[in-house]
Amino acid sequence: MKLKLHVWRQKDKSTPGRMETYDANNISPNMSFLEMLDVVNEDLIKDGKDPIAFEHDCREGICGSCGLMVNGVAHGPQDATTTCQLHMRSFKDGEELFVEPWRAHGFPVRRDLVVDRSAFDRIIQAGGFISVNSGAAQDANALPVRKVDADEAFNAAACIGCGACVAACKNASAMLFVSAKVAQFSLLPQGQPERQERALNMVNQMKEEGFGNCTNQYECEAVCPKQISADYIAKLNREFIKASLSSHDARK
Amino acid sequence: MKLDSKIPSGPLESKWERHKFDLKLVSPANKRKFDIIVVGSGLAGASAAATLGELGYNVKCFCFQDSPRRAHSIAAQGGINAAKNYRGDGDSVYRLFYDTIKGGDFRSREANVYRLAEVSGHIIDQCVAQGVPFAREYGGLLDNRSFGGAQVSRTFYARGQTGQQLLLGAYSSLSRQIGAGQVKMFPKTEMLDLVLVDGRARGIVVRNLVTGQIESHAADAVILATGGYGNVFYLSTNAKGSNVTATYRAYKRGAAFGNPCFTQIHPTCIPVKGDYQSKLTLMSESLRNDGRVWVPLAKGDKRQPAEIPESERDYYLERKYPSFGNLAPRDIASRSAKEVCDEGRGVGESAYGVYLDFADAIHRLGEDKIRARYGNLFDMYERITDENPYKRPMRIYPAVHYTMGGLWVDYNLMSTIPGLHVLGEANFSDHGANRLGASALMQGLADGYFVIPYTIANYLAGQKLEKITTSHDAFKVAEEGCSARVNKLLSIKGSRTVDSFHRELGKIMWDKCGMARDRQGLQEALKEIPKLRDEFWNDVRVAGAGDELNQSLEKAGRVADFMEFAELMCLDALTREESCGGHFRNEYQTPDGEALRNDENFCHVAVWEHEGSPDVPAKGHKRHIEPLVYESVKLATRSYK
Repeated sequence: MKLKLHVWRQKDKSTPGRMETYDANNISPNMSFLEMLDVVNEDLIKDGKDPIAFEHDCREGICGSCGLMVNGVAHGPQDATTTCQLHMRSFKDGEELFVEPWRAHGFPVRRDLVVDRSAFDRIIQAGGFISVNSGAAQDANALPVRKVDADEAFNAAACIGCGACVAACKNASAMLFVSAKVAQFSLLPQGQPERQERALNMVNQMKEEGFGNCTNQYECEAVCPKQISADYIAKLNREFIKASLSSHDARK
Repeated sequence: MKLDSKIPSGPLESKWERHKFDLKLVSPANKRKFDIIVVGSGLAGASAAATLGELGYNVKCFCFQDSPRRAHSIAAQGGINAAKNYRGDGDSVYRLFYDTIKGGDFRSREANVYRLAEVSGHIIDQCVAQGVPFAREYGGLLDNRSFGGAQVSRTFYARGQTGQQLLLGAYSSLSRQIGAGQVKMFPKTEMLDLVLVDGRARGIVVRNLVTGQIESHAADAVILATGGYGNVFYLSTNAKGSNVTATYRAYKRGAAFGNPCFTQIHPTCIPVKGDYQSKLTLMSESLRNDGRVWVPLAKGDKRQPAEIPESERDYYLERKYPSFGNLAPRDIASRSAKEVCDEGRGVGESAYGVYLDFADAIHRLGEDKIRARYGNLFDMYERITDENPYKRPMRIYPAVHYTMGGLWVDYNLMSTIPGLHVLGEANFSDHGANRLGASALMQGLADGYFVIPYTIANYLAGQKLEKITTSHDAFKVAEEGCSARVNKLLSIKGSRTVDSFHRELGKIMWDKCGMARDRQGLQEALKEIPKLRDEFWNDVRVAGAGDELNQSLEKAGRVADFMEFAELMCLDALTREESCGGHFRNEYQTPDGEALRNDENFCHVAVWEHEGSPDVPAKGHKRHIEPLVYESVKLATRSYK
């Protein structure tokens, strides 16, 4: 296969970027999208040019490092798939592709296709945990959890923190990410004592980081590689309102 | 070099309990006076950093990924072992201990492995308390499944994403400590060197991967939890960034390296396809609970799998190991796959593949049940291969997965450099010559949550540690060394890319230090590697500059260290003149092709010491031994028949 790529190139956070065009030759349909970029990069290096910077690590769809806009869609055209698991057989020979970084106020560009997603970490630090010190736990089977709740908590916990939900949202909202974590813990008995503070603290941090609000278009759910349901956003809204109306204060 | 394993005396069952009482403590008021550096944020690093933060130490934690949540522990699929005996099927701490020692082919320390089994149950308790959504039964209690090398069901799991859920649990605890100010996190920061002052580990030199700045951090103790070195083979199931740099730099500063040649080749990975391939993808061992492994009986049988009748199939694991069948341990399953492929009975385009067939299980349990158990793995398989495993057997082949070798540590997880502690896959301690499935997660978390918090206090309370800062000369010297190396890599401007060198190195290692090794091959590799390394340092082309986000430069530094480390692996493989676990030497096998151990001469840990200056590429490696003393178990021939 041969493809024409238009790729966003930007030296660093403060230098303006631009699209540049490259030919991708000798591409096999069995390559992953990132392997295709590897091939392009090898050629760029041999030509004495800077390779395209992009995040990646596990290349099996679980670490959440990778993430690109391919023709305007986060993680490209295949449903429920991270960029590293997107294969070139999803494209046609001779196709022209536009490859850009996540575009969101909360995710400033570091270089080319690499963005700074540390805002997600700060949201978790604000309350995305259950406070239990090592060694303080009781026997695991002392606390039964209904199977349906455990399964649903798992579905929410499957989020890989890639940020596609934010990139796809016209408001650059992080509600899907936040709601998945809030939902996971609110479904489990272990999560109850901090349930209200958690919702308040995480939502407040999300606002501070400059992420927008949800206007129910569900673009996030459509691009999520782990198929996290937008239903959790409704759940988050309920949790937040309940907590706001109660006497509990956020910890800060 | 003096090797003192510090294994406590007394009966096996009470060693750890007694040792914990004998260890010195740091009082709560004094903990805040100590600074601890943790490098790595996977299961071992994140659990250690979080726990030490909870205890009140000042912790700095470093990772090269853009978030601690992305460490490669996240990719572990199948599960985590624990001797809970929730099934009532005869499990116990002793049985988990024995299975692990036996699985490791009697090349690990009794006391360490017993402790691992002893704390295994607490890990499950801890993770459940953190909100880790393990699989449950309808009664609301935890579910278990079986894994290779065991005849009980003791593996706890969260669908096919157990590593992810455990890591996110540890990450949430770590995040809580970061939020509380007890841990300062440095993502996208890579350790380049270890700094010693008066013979003790007192800090590290790092490179900020966003700005390119090289800087130092000082501390009272350093913990390395930087994972394994499987990427020396280029193609492995490791994440692309996984590397040996931190542990190898520590080795060159004087930390001994234990059993570097012990590599685990995982039997169930998706076969290689094409030269462009950048990594290999694992299909969880849990699939062997329901999948049956087979190849055609006849050589070169090119028929579609469905067209090959039962009578012309060879379910070779069931045939050779009737009592463990498809759940034979990893090293044995891998070697058997290689054997049948070498005989010309492999399947797929390359003929280096075997079938993992679910037809019987689907017939017995229905497609829905199989989807519930392994759905995400089946989807992943289909995405990569474009084949539907519900309809057609998977094709699998062994791939490099885990390294049992690592920096040598004593019972307190301290290396031969005072103050330098090593946890998780980065140390050599618990898995001997072969790791059983679902034991890596167990070890990482045991080390981080339940061992290091006790043992590091003993170190800190037992010394008079002068306060030092990064203005100390030792830091300046180390920083200059790191900068010089970066500049050197950038200035070569040769004709070959870093990846092309890495691929070539990987091929040498896979061919000559892979699933089966022999004297001649290893000797050849020991000649080829230095040659390739010379070429690397004369002809590599690293794009970009040092003071910016530069992924070529990051790779180049890692590959440069692999180029030296590979030699140490081959040397270790050459000098271990026996076969054991994942280390199979063609010269040493039983008449029916099983690994032939030599307990008389090799029942020991091979402990390597670097000789010469840390600034010159691998000069000399000196071999020492730590004899393995078995007080509780009898050395037996490992049989899974």
